[in-house]
Amino acid sequence: MTTDPVRQARPPRAVLVTGVSRYLGAQVAARLAADPRIERVIGLDDREPAGDQATVLADTVEFVRADIRTAEPARVIASNRVETVVHLAIASAADPNAGGRAAMKEQNVIGTMQLLAGCQQAPGLRKIVFRSSTAAYGASFRDPAVFTEDTEPRDVPRGGFARDVLDIEGYLRGFRRRRPDVATTVLRFAPLVGRRANTSLTRYFGLPLVPTVLGRDPRLQFIHVDDALEILHRSVTEDHPGTFNAAGAGTITLSQAVRRAGRIGVPILEPALSAIGRGGARNFSLDQLDLFVHGRVVDTTRLIEEYGFRPRSTAVAFEDFLRGIGAVLPRDMIGALEHRILAGLRRSRAALGGER
Amino acid sequence: MDFESRQHHATIAQRPVGARSVRTPRRTPAPPPEPEPDVWDRRVANTLAFLRRRLTGEYEVDEFGFDRELTDGVIHPLLRPLYRDWFRVEVRGIENLPDGGALVVANHSGTVALDALMLALAVHDEHPDHRYLRLLGADLVFRMPFISELARKHGSTLACNPDAERLLRAGELVGVFPEGFKGVGKLYKDRYRLQRFGRGGFVQAALHTRVPIVPVSIVGAEETYPMLGNFKPLARLLGTPYFPITPTFPWLGPLGLIPLPSKWYIEFGKPIPTDAVADQADDPLVVFNLADQVRETIQQTLHQLLDVRATEL
Repeated sequence: MTTDPVRQARPPRAVLVTGVSRYLGAQVAARLAADPRIERVIGLDDREPAGDQATVLADTVEFVRADIRTAEPARVIASNRVETVVHLAIASAADPNAGGRAAMKEQNVIGTMQLLAGCQQAPGLRKIVFRSSTAAYGASFRDPAVFTEDTEPRDVPRGGFARDVLDIEGYLRGFRRRRPDVATTVLRFAPLVGRRANTSLTRYFGLPLVPTVLGRDPRLQFIHVDDALEILHRSVTEDHPGTFNAAGAGTITLSQAVRRAGRIGVPILEPALSAIGRGGARNFSLDQLDLFVHGRVVDTTRLIEEYGFRPRSTAVAFEDFLRGIGAVLPRDMIGALEHRILAGLRRSRAALGGER
Repeated sequence: MDFESRQHHATIAQRPVGARSVRTPRRTPAPPPEPEPDVWDRRVANTLAFLRRRLTGEYEVDEFGFDRELTDGVIHPLLRPLYRDWFRVEVRGIENLPDGGALVVANHSGTVALDALMLALAVHDEHPDHRYLRLLGADLVFRMPFISELARKHGSTLACNPDAERLLRAGELVGVFPEGFKGVGKLYKDRYRLQRFGRGGFVQAALHTRVPIVPVSIVGAEETYPMLGNFKPLARLLGTPYFPITPTFPWLGPLGLIPLPSKWYIEFGKPIPTDAVADQADDPLVVFNLADQVRETIQQTLHQLLDVRATEL
């Protein structure tokens, strides 16, 4: 793919990354800043980066404090002659301390609309890279088991994040029609896992007793954070227009994931979980309920062919995440128990045989 | 649970009897080295290893959720007594299953879709390569908790063209019942009369992937739960396609769920190649003609098998 002249388009001089006060945004911005081919990286968020994120961004990323739901990002794009926008300020879960679902929707939907409005006015803009999600794809019993990028979902999902994703991708399609000269890359990421990733799903697997839906064992897919960073970086430095599923190959079921994590699954009736999800619990949303009822597996052939990059498999990515958390029921304990039972049975059989 | 091939049943059944009958009056205290493999020890060790793998999640499922270990270790052993001793399934033409991908199309009957499970077990147990038949099920199957997950673990997926074609491209045998609920939910008086074959989506899947279609005729399933009537108001209330009234259900309660022990025949017909018309998958006439050809073949074979059964019984 690198021999293709289009793909070797020069890397952008100035890149704007939104959502840099969060883990993914900070990492992406810092990596871009470390790339000598890129002159300037501007990081945008509505709050100052704190803790780890502040260290990661340090002096290499120019931080601009601005609210994405206003016209400010448009001014930043215009005044800095931004050539590439990496839009990562998309919240996948509501934060009850920061306005809950209403604020989340406003950031995702209004924020994206404002950003796209700013992009449309910027003549020097060449590319937009979007962080989307597989969350909207696979929330119906009539959906196929494996989604390609072209598979249309049969039903509107229950989860707020999933519905935001459908809205955002819709706005982007409109933008593509209005500015065909701007290359757009939409990356539909499976849930991110990794030793340092902190998402509602990784917090969920951190619980000792893990709630699941009674009678359902969904197929899950993950992508390793480091692979997601690599794909985002390449999307900026190379040209890969289009929509791509980004996930680790293969699948593990929820029951398998719970057991591999050494957790204890607690099956709960779906209506009860739905009530918890609607109630706005921090560790359980309707997005998760959709995932835990329907499961979600995507085909990543297009990504692998276009990027020449194969993310590590779902099983390997999940295993790496597990190294960061301890198990309640460690595997070697179960293995030791197996050997004890087998040895015990052999002894008693030998004793019985001896009596004969 | 049955972790090795089923030949072990015989050896296990005989061994304790033999062991007890050979009673030597006095033996030297030296522990007898066992020359023949210790079947019980291996079974116990295998069972424990199986449980450990299940408890720690150390097994693989494919992208459709097919859990081969669970199918071999639990689902098939539970179905085998029904297959062998209850329905005494007789399989003909298993050699007609081609190597690689093929679409297996069968008639559907019997109120409860036992025919699908028996067909899958026939393919696995009778085929020399012990292949798995990947069944396509209605969305109702995947709406039901527990049932949906068992179906996926057994290798089934939703009856839709993307899934069917993905499996066929991967070289799998895919099983489909184009009559759907019209077939499985028909009345006993309509037995062995094939119902309409839907929109022919299955033919398109075969054409798109250039795999042959293997027509399969199943005799015996019609008599397992002879449906005398369909209580439609209750079906509408429950949201099911039908509510069956059989000679035993619902009169005998849970006992009415026991299938009648009819004698079964499953015949695999000659594969119908699709290469010649593969580029005409969007021509409705080609699709309907091919669907009719499959339907006619199954219907004729059903009549022949019924004659065979009448003479043999």
